[in-house]
Parts: sequence; C-alpha cells; structure tokens
Amino acid sequence: MTLFGRLTWDAIPFNQPIPLITSLVVLLALGGVAVWVTRMKAWPYLWNEYITSTDHKRIGIMYIVLALLMLVRGFADAIMMRAQQSLAIGASQGYLPPEHYNQIFSAHGTIMIFFVAMPFVIGFMNFVVPLQLGVRDVAFPTMNNVSFWLTSSGALLVNLSLFLGEFARTGWLGFPPLSEKAFSPGVGVDYYLVALQISGVGTVLTAVNFVTTILKTRAPGMSYLRMPVFCWTALASNLIMLAAFPVLTVVLGELMLDRYLGFHFFTNDGGGNSMLYMNLIWVWGHPEVYILVLPAFGIYSEVAATFSGKPLFGYRSMVFATLTICIISYMVWLHHFFTMGAGGDVNAVFGIASMIIGIPTGVKIYNWLFTMYGGRVRFTVPIYYLIGFMLTFVIGGLTGVLLAIPPVDFVVHNSLFLVAHFHQVIIGGVVFALMAGYTYWFPKAFGFTLDERLGKAVFWCWFIGFHLAFMPLYVLGFWGATRRMQHIPDPSWAPYLNVAFVGAVIIGLGIVLTVVQLLYSIKTRDQRRDITGDPWDGRTLEWLTLSPPPHYNFAVLPDVHGEEAYWTRKQTAIKMDQLIAEPDYKPIEMPLNTPTGIICAFFASVCGFAVIWYIWWLAVLGLIGAFAVFVWYAWQDEHEHIIPVEEVRANARERRRIRMEHLHELSQST
Amino acid sequence: MPATALAFLLSSCNRGILDPVGPVGAAEKQILINSTAIMLAIVIPTMIATVAIAFWFRRGNKKATYRPDWEYSGAIEMVVWAIPALTIMLLGGITWIGSHDLEPSKPLASKVAPLKVEVVSLDWKWLFIYPDQGIATVNQLVVPAGTPVSFRLTSATVWNSFFVPQMGTMIYTMPRMTTRLNLQADRTGSFNGLSSHFSGDGFPGMQFQVQSLPADQFAMWAQGARGQGPALDGRGYAELSKPSSYVKPMTYGAVAPGLFDAIVANKAPPNPVPPPEHNQPVLGSKA
Repeated sequence: MTLFGRLTWDAIPFNQPIPLITSLVVLLALGGVAVWVTRMKAWPYLWNEYITSTDHKRIGIMYIVLALLMLVRGFADAIMMRAQQSLAIGASQGYLPPEHYNQIFSAHGTIMIFFVAMPFVIGFMNFVVPLQLGVRDVAFPTMNNVSFWLTSSGALLVNLSLFLGEFARTGWLGFPPLSEKAFSPGVGVDYYLVALQISGVGTVLTAVNFVTTILKTRAPGMSYLRMPVFCWTALASNLIMLAAFPVLTVVLGELMLDRYLGFHFFTNDGGGNSMLYMNLIWVWGHPEVYILVLPAFGIYSEVAATFSGKPLFGYRSMVFATLTICIISYMVWLHHFFTMGAGGDVNAVFGIASMIIGIPTGVKIYNWLFTMYGGRVRFTVPIYYLIGFMLTFVIGGLTGVLLAIPPVDFVVHNSLFLVAHFHQVIIGGVVFALMAGYTYWFPKAFGFTLDERLGKAVFWCWFIGFHLAFMPLYVLGFWGATRRMQHIPDPSWAPYLNVAFVGAVIIGLGIVLTVVQLLYSIKTRDQRRDITGDPWDGRTLEWLTLSPPPHYNFAVLPDVHGEEAYWTRKQTAIKMDQLIAEPDYKPIEMPLNTPTGIICAFFASVCGFAVIWYIWWLAVLGLIGAFAVFVWYAWQDEHEHIIPVEEVRANARERRRIRMEHLHELSQST
Repeated sequence: MPATALAFLLSSCNRGILDPVGPVGAAEKQILINSTAIMLAIVIPTMIATVAIAFWFRRGNKKATYRPDWEYSGAIEMVVWAIPALTIMLLGGITWIGSHDLEPSKPLASKVAPLKVEVVSLDWKWLFIYPDQGIATVNQLVVPAGTPVSFRLTSATVWNSFFVPQMGTMIYTMPRMTTRLNLQADRTGSFNGLSSHFSGDGFPGMQFQVQSLPADQFAMWAQGARGQGPALDGRGYAELSKPSSYVKPMTYGAVAPGLFDAIVANKAPPNPVPPPEHNQPVLGSKA
C-alpha cells in the first residue's frame, strides 16, 4: 500500500497516553471553538475582518494570537521537561522515556523560537511600524497576509506531529549526522525540516515587505533620523532576516537532499562534512537572536520615553548602536562551537567580536537609564518590565560575555549554565519586551486598556518565576551538568532542579493570569475605554489616530516636523489651544481582502504533509495548488477599493471633536 | 535559614569546574573568576543606578527635578560608550591570551612525558585506547596523577563532546575527524566524566569515571590489565559498537594496532590482534 506513503495507522500514538490525550483535548477544544463561532454566526466576521484581511493591524493581531497559542504549547513542553528532570534522578527513570523526552526538548526550542518569539515580534512590527511611519499599510499588503498564513502552516505541521508520527529528537537545530537518515530514520526530522522551510518562506517575505515599507513608504517629512527607534530596530531586524533566513533555507534544504535523495552534504560517508552544517546553521542562528532582541530594544525605547515623559536619551546614539549590532551580529557565529578545535587565533577573533556586541548593548542600557533620569516615571506595567529587563539583562549579558571567552566556554559550553544564559536574555530581554508591548499597544488595537493590577501580577510571576527557574541552572552548570539530559545521574542536583521546577510553575501561573487579565479586561472594557486614542500620553504617530484606528489609519498622512512627530504636534496644539486647520479630505484607496494567503497556505500544508509522509502524488497536487493560487491572484485586475470621501471626513471630524475636548483638559491641567 | 543557605552555596563551590584538579581547569577557573569580577564592577553599580534613578524620578516625587526636554549630553554619551568599550578591551586582552595559552591541542609544559590516550565515542559509551600500553577501557579512564595526558579523539557514530569538568576543557568528538586535547590531573582521586553534546536516546548514559592514580600505581594497573580479559579486535569492536547505554566499566587486555586510525578512516577495524610481547599469558579464544 503505497498510496499513503509511510502513513499507516501505526502513526497514531495509541500506546502513548500523553500525546494521545493531548491531541484529543486539542481536537475537542478546536471543535468547541468552531461550534461556538458557528453559533455566534461569527464566521463571516472572522473571514472578512481577519482571515482574508490585508490590514497590517489585523495581520499583526493574528500573529500575536498565534504566538500566544504556541506559547501555551511551548510552555507545556517546558513544564514536562522540568518535571522529568525533577523525577528522573539516580535510580529513577522518571515518566518520560528518552524517545519522548528528546522530542519534547526539540519541540520546545523549535516552537518557542520559530512560532512564539518570531510571530510575536513580527506581529508587533506589523501592527506598529506603518502607524509609527504615518502610512496606511505595508508596501505589499497581500504578501503580508500570505506571510502570516505560511507561518501558521509551519506551526500547524509542527503540532500535527504530536498526533501523527513523531517530532524530531535531534534538538531545535537538528545537528547532523544525528539528524541524517542513518541515525534518525523516522518522520520527526522531516516534520522539523518541512515546517521550517514553509514558515521560512513566510519570514523572508515579511523581511522583503518591511524593508521596503520602511525604506520607501514614510509619511511626508519622516526622514530616516526622524523615525521612531522601534522603526529603526524593525529595519535592522528585517535586514538581518533578509540576509540570514535564506542561509537557513539552504542549509535545511541540503539536509533534505541528504535525507530524501541520498546526497552527502553532512553524512559520515561519501565525503559529507557535518561541520559545514554547524557553521551554516549558526550563520543563521546567531543573527536570529538579534532579529528577536533588536525589536525588543525598540519596544523598551518607546516605553522608556513615553512613561518617563521625556524624549529618548541619545536618539542618534541608539540608532548607531542598533546598526552596529545589526552588522556585527553576522560576524560572531563561531562562538557557538569554540569546542570544535578551530585553533587559538580563530577562537580569539570570534570571541572578541562577540564581546564587541556588548559595547552598543551596554550603551543602550545607559541610554534607557538616562531617559528615566530627569523624567516623571509612571510605574505602569510596561515600566515594570523595562526595569525588570534592565536588572535581568545585565546579568544575562555578563554570562554571555563569559561564554564568549573561549577558555571559559571550554568548561561551560552546552551546560545548564548556557541554558540559563540564553533563557535569561530571551525571557529577560525578548519576552519581557513582548509583554510590555502587549500592554502598551493593546488599547491602540482594541480601544480599551488591560487591567493594571493583574498585569503587575503577571509581571511578578514572570520575574520571580524566571529567576527561580534559571538561577539554579547556573550553579548546576558549574557542577558540570550538561543540557538535554533525560536522566540525572547525580542525586545531589535534586534540590536545585526542584527549585527550577517551582520557578516554571510560577511562570505557568503568570501565563494563566495573562489569560485571566485578558478575559477580565474584556468583561470590564466599558470602564477602561480609550476615548482619545492616546491613553499613555504618547509621543509617536500611532497615538495620533483613533483606538482602534480606522482601516486606513490616517485620514490624511501626517506632516512630520522633528523627531517626535506626535509629541511636537500635541505640544503645539496645547500651546495654541487648537488643532491644526482641517485638511482637505480625499477619497482613500485601500487594498481589498484576499483569500490568497489562506488558500496558498492550505496547499502548502498539504504539500508539506505529503512530503513528510512520502505521499508523492499529493505533494505534487499541493505544489500545483499553491502555485495556481498565485497565478490566479496575478490575473486579478481589482486589488483596491475606494473609501468615499464622505466616510473619511465624517470619521476624521468625529476624531477632531474628541481631540478638541481632550485638548482642553490637557491645557487646563498644565 | 540563611546559614544553611550559605553553607549550601559554599559547598557548591567544591565541585565541578570550580574545583579543578589540574592546570587546565585551574587556569580556566581563574579566567572565569577574573572576568566575572571585572564585569560585576560595572554591572552592580548599573543595577543599583537603575533602581535608584527609576525610584527617585517617580512621578509622585516632588523633590525630583523634571527636565522634559533633556535628551542629549555629549559628555554622558562619551562616558557611556567609554565604560563598556574599556571593559571589553580589558576582557578582549584576557580572551586573546587565554585562547592561545589554553588552546586544547597545545601540549602542556611538563618534565614528564605525556601519556597517550585515544578516545572514541560510541553509541552510547566511551572507548579509551592506550596505544603505548596496548590496552583499552570502556567508560573508565585511568590516568597517572601529575602526568600530562595527550588525547586524540574521534567518534564512531554521531557527534559527542568529551568532558571531565574537574580537569577542564571539553572537546567535540566528530566522525571521520580527529581532535586533540591535553589535560592533566595533579590530584589523585575519582572524577566524573560525561558527553556534553547530545547524541541520541542513550545520551544520558554516557557517563564515565576518571581514576587518577599515583604514577607507580598507574604503571602497575596498566601492566596488570595487559593480556587480561577480552581483546579488542575486529569482532570485539563490532560487538562493542552495537548501541548500548549505561555500560559498566570494562578493560580490554589487548587492542588491534591502528584501531583508532581505522575508525577515523571509517574502515573495518584491523584484524587480528598480534600475540602479546613479553611473557604474558596467551589471549583467550577471542584473539
């Protein structure tokens, strides 16, 4: 029976209760959501306003929803690993056999980086960048929708591996020769490769889109050195994506050629060289860290300025530091394998290059510090995250520089010290920023603020939970504990591992409270409406428009004078006690909705699934289908619709009326 | 309670890489401590300043001066670029010197001739071949204290990393390639060793013990092991390379010469084991 390739009933894990029950629960939950949406008759709304939307704000929201869903999955993996390491000590083997545990840590890393951190960051760039640039959409709105759905297709395939077959057991980077067919004959590595290839296409398209948007479409007067720092960090991040993700595509493609067609790029025989994979994957992998952390720095910069009531200190210095990091991030990849034996000169050069990144990063820390200096710091949730980040990140930076010193790395490489380090910079750096951004921009997206008290509780859960979960791992790293251990040989490690487990539980509580905060805030939304569109006394252009903004963002594109476009405008208005003269409204041309993205991603998923299971006829059909969608889209003549001037004018006048009332309040208060 | 916590922390210093038993580990620990101290000298004031500035300039504090337009100071900019730059220059110097001094392939300075050991990672255990002694061990590395050990390492399967935390530097073992490493234990005793690069399902069982013996006892051990027990010839190696984990330590009394190079070349192990020199008992039927 080759009709279904390798796919047989054996693929369903009937003998493994954990994935089986999880799959059933997920299927039931999905079914429940589908029934609920049907009963609410919300399908047309979802289809028109989200699924087929070309509105960058809606796409941004979908990215963040995807990221939050995947965060739950990735966290479930994390807590299972912590539980296993607390149980499987000495004589006990715990509750997870190696073949299951190894899938879990591989899935945890893959999901957290590719399907939590990336979509979260890209979601913010989608939502915020066009608003901050004072424009109506990204450069290629349909492509933006396609990018999102291709990313989701990758996430779908990774999660499908829970129910059908298995996931990779080779770690989140799938090092050969372990990931070669000779050592990993199952479908796990194929799931990993195919899912990342499909979502990788989405990511490259995103990078093309945002580099173009930032370089070519900005409001009149928005010169490069007037762009908000978040836009600068988004530009740097997308430039890195554009240069780094093709490397990932190539290296994963080479591994696929090895596995599917018997090539010998990285095999032990036939002239293959697995060191090549190590180099190429880290040529992507190290810049990837900066793809995530630079926009995070951008969020902190926005938050620091807004809630200190001051412009960002050393704006040009920040821009310069961002671009320095952007460039040097390509020149440090070798520090991931000092222990390969490349020699003293090579190791020293890459070690020092890695440390040099610490200079612009250190400058950023001081600039945030001096942004608060002389300010009136409002201790809102985002400021909690900013301060929590500054305290956590300097230690994470310290341990990072230690790892960049080859002779130190020789004794802590691959250890739990390393695990603690990268979680410290990714949780303390990236996740804290994402949570700050979530709180900061939520009212702009939905028109009401999130509950402050619950938000602070969530912060403390993350802050305390993180430290309990990872500080013990630094100590264990010094004792020689290495990563990815399904079984712990030394019983004296138990107390530290148990503390780490408690930390993970507290982080879990934080995730639960995030959901509670969201539901509670929705329930009490009428008391927390953001009428003015400017709930935080903001400084950048996204606060100029309504909350939530109309599809076209701005009735007329704002004229930008100076670095803080909206702040300057607001101060002038307060001083004059009047708004700028009403402009001449014109009809607005906006992109139409399109099902291109979801249909294309459907066929891509079918093709990917077929490739994983060697169902070649279906793979060909999927590929033809995906291509046909593009051809169909290319033949469409109508891509835009016109928003009549009456609608634009009515909306704009309403906004001006609200603004005017707000202005009187402001001028009376100062 | 604080006393227990302190005792716990202190006890944690007598372990792993913080309790080195040889010159390599000791030098690495020194660099670790020096670099940490240098960085803490700027990190701790920065952390204090963060909390202090945020607290002092809180909105409710009437005593703090609000400077809503203050956004640049050339002097401060110079200082904030200079502090991390100077720190990194200092650490960069340490890195340059340390990377060369502690380069794993560099022989250790010693009056004693080094012991040669060939290391092979298998699924999932460690094979240690003593080419000069004509013996081999599995999951047990016996070394003479105070003598440099010169390792050649490879893998007969996927990547692993050879690591004895208390001796220092780890290094990858990679199929079809040879890495070099030089370590020394000055203290006698028993130390844990492991693989520190994930290599598949049996990976956590790749633990081994290092026995550091006084030089004369090591010589006696090697002499005694020679000719005793099974021989590591083609058949023995084929048997050994079958996947297994948590393997108990064992010793081979004879080793096919050139076995390590044959593994690196991915060739069938040479056969058979030649008869032993001197008046050793003749090997068993396996030879």
